[in-house]
Amino acid sequence: MAVTTAGRPRSSAGGSGRDLTPRSPRVGEKIIESLLAAAAGLSVLVTVGIIVALVVPLFTFFAHVSPIEFLTGTTWTASFGDKYSWDKDWGVLPLVSATFMATGIALAVAIPVGLGIAMFLSEYATTRARKVIKPVLELLAGIPTVVYGFLALTALTPILQPLLGIPNIYNLLVAGIVMGFMIVPTVASLSEDAMSAVPQALRSGSYALGANRRMTTLQVVFPAALSGIIAAIVLGLSRAVGETMILAVAGGNLARLTADPRDEAQTMTAFIAQIASGDAPQGSPVYYSLFAVGALLFVITLTINLISIRLVRRFRQVY
Amino acid sequence: MVNPGKDQHMSPTSPPGTAQDTAGIHLAVGDRAPEQPRSAGAAMATENLHVYYGDFLAVRDVDLQFDDRRITALIGPSGCGKSTVLRCLNRMNDLVPGARVEGRVTYHGTDIYGPGVDEIEVRRRIGMVFQKPNPFPKSIYDNVAYGPRVTGAKDHLDDTVEQALRGAALWDEVKDKLKQNAYGLSGGQQQRLCIARAIATRPDVLLMDEPCSALDPIATSKIEDLMGELVQDFTIVIVTHNMQQAARVSHSTAFFTAQPDEHGDRVGTLVEFDRTLKIFEDPADKRTEDYISGKFG
Ligand SMILES: Nc1ncnc2c1ncn2[C@@H]1O[C@H](COP(=O)(O)OP(=O)(O)OP(=O)(O)O)[C@@H](O)[C@H]1O
Ligand SMILES: [Mg+2]
Repeated sequence: MAVTTAGRPRSSAGGSGRDLTPRSPRVGEKIIESLLAAAAGLSVLVTVGIIVALVVPLFTFFAHVSPIEFLTGTTWTASFGDKYSWDKDWGVLPLVSATFMATGIALAVAIPVGLGIAMFLSEYATTRARKVIKPVLELLAGIPTVVYGFLALTALTPILQPLLGIPNIYNLLVAGIVMGFMIVPTVASLSEDAMSAVPQALRSGSYALGANRRMTTLQVVFPAALSGIIAAIVLGLSRAVGETMILAVAGGNLARLTADPRDEAQTMTAFIAQIASGDAPQGSPVYYSLFAVGALLFVITLTINLISIRLVRRFRQVY
Repeated sequence: MVNPGKDQHMSPTSPPGTAQDTAGIHLAVGDRAPEQPRSAGAAMATENLHVYYGDFLAVRDVDLQFDDRRITALIGPSGCGKSTVLRCLNRMNDLVPGARVEGRVTYHGTDIYGPGVDEIEVRRRIGMVFQKPNPFPKSIYDNVAYGPRVTGAKDHLDDTVEQALRGAALWDEVKDKLKQNAYGLSGGQQQRLCIARAIATRPDVLLMDEPCSALDPIATSKIEDLMGELVQDFTIVIVTHNMQQAARVSHSTAFFTAQPDEHGDRVGTLVEFDRTLKIFEDPADKRTEDYISGKFG
């Protein structure tokens, strides 16, 4: 008896046959495939679009300002004076240094606190404690950053101001500390995942050699999870570099080069927020400078990510 | 059929300790002398040992002696509690949530669960090698040096590492790549590395939970030979599913089985404990005989 499928006669020889052509045209598969390809194509298009939109105004900006001056100048007066004048100081270093300083402060808070929490949760906490603490941590990650900024300004700064001799209510120090707490959940949660993923057999091996919990945690679990921990820290770092609201609210809007974190200083993101939400007329020099600062920020984050990929690879362990 | 012949007992892989064993693993086949497997005295012993996981009684009423500088094998079907008993001997069960130990486990007469006993100290004296090789993701050198480092014996570390690797018959294979990651070694080499790591802390007793089950026959025979060497310096307790292995390497054998209790729960029970030759040639219990002849488990 000839087998027929989807109305198509099969070779009658041998019933189930040796015909290797498809039994149906598989239209559904083709549709899905093209939809998926379209989605992938769209994301490529959007990326290209963003880059083009960023790059085109850059040509105008750098037609007026030399890249050397932009990258090495130590004064930034973009938001002062006549909006339509190119006759300003376009040295971006004050913004960059404020960004790095705030990020550094944030990491100084987030790395010890985050890794401490991760080690506690993964190696010390009872299952019950973990069940309570992890959701709370994840809740913390869901708080909008403007709330953190507001808390820095209204709660933490007034407390720390007299203690640390902070001159101004706007300052990088408190903004950085609060930003550190903002990224603690990221660092802690991802590091904890990495440490929990370390096989139990390694811990047993360590305990069987007469190691205690502290040694096991620090000398076996921590190094074995290092790749994941680095990834967690870098993700926190990128969030800090790109963080806007906390710095715009609590860090201040004064672009200046300073070595004292207690000073008010404007970061790259705070500058972008200030100008973009203000009244920079399209086509004005300040408007073009937004793109220059934005592109630089993009390059910095990209560099961080590339370095992190290398680091993560370098420390990756296959158990 | 897993009924090892006489020649297997007497094969050259028999541990060197055998020769001094006066009471006699050299017994002729069929000798029915009901001798106890005692030699230079017990390094460790369990008395009336019961182990619970939560409410579940995993092992009941185990009395065993582990003779000094001898190899004792624990055999029995899966789930009969061999690993459980082994983990009691260096308090690794402390790390299992809900595990509870009743009865006594003595190390040269001292109850290791007694008051004032530090489980860390216990584990430094009583080392362990696991079923699956579990080297740390560190260099070969750092793996072996780990124990001495955490126990604070950091002097002459290079010598300690070399000795341990020689002791584990691995030195010649790795001496030129001590700084390389241990994960680059083969499974058998990794397991010998784990043995080197365990003996680097100079323990007294070495516990091995199916140390060859992840290895091919050549790697297995290397480790069996190694056990023959190690038993000159260490008391060894080995869990194995491989009957010939137990017959080849051990002086004494304990056979466990899982016995249903009045509620139908299967509780690990020690059926028979005797000289290995006796267990394999002339078991006193029918269940032992069935198991070693492959009729069960
Ligand atoms: N961590 C644990 N929690 C709860 N029950 C356990 C645990 N470990 C072992 N058991 C139970 O205790 C009993 C004995 O287990 P054990 O691992 O000691 O057996 P075994 O003889 O080593 O078996 P195998 O030959 O398969 O390794 C089994 O019923 C097992 O389910
Ligand atoms: Mg087992």
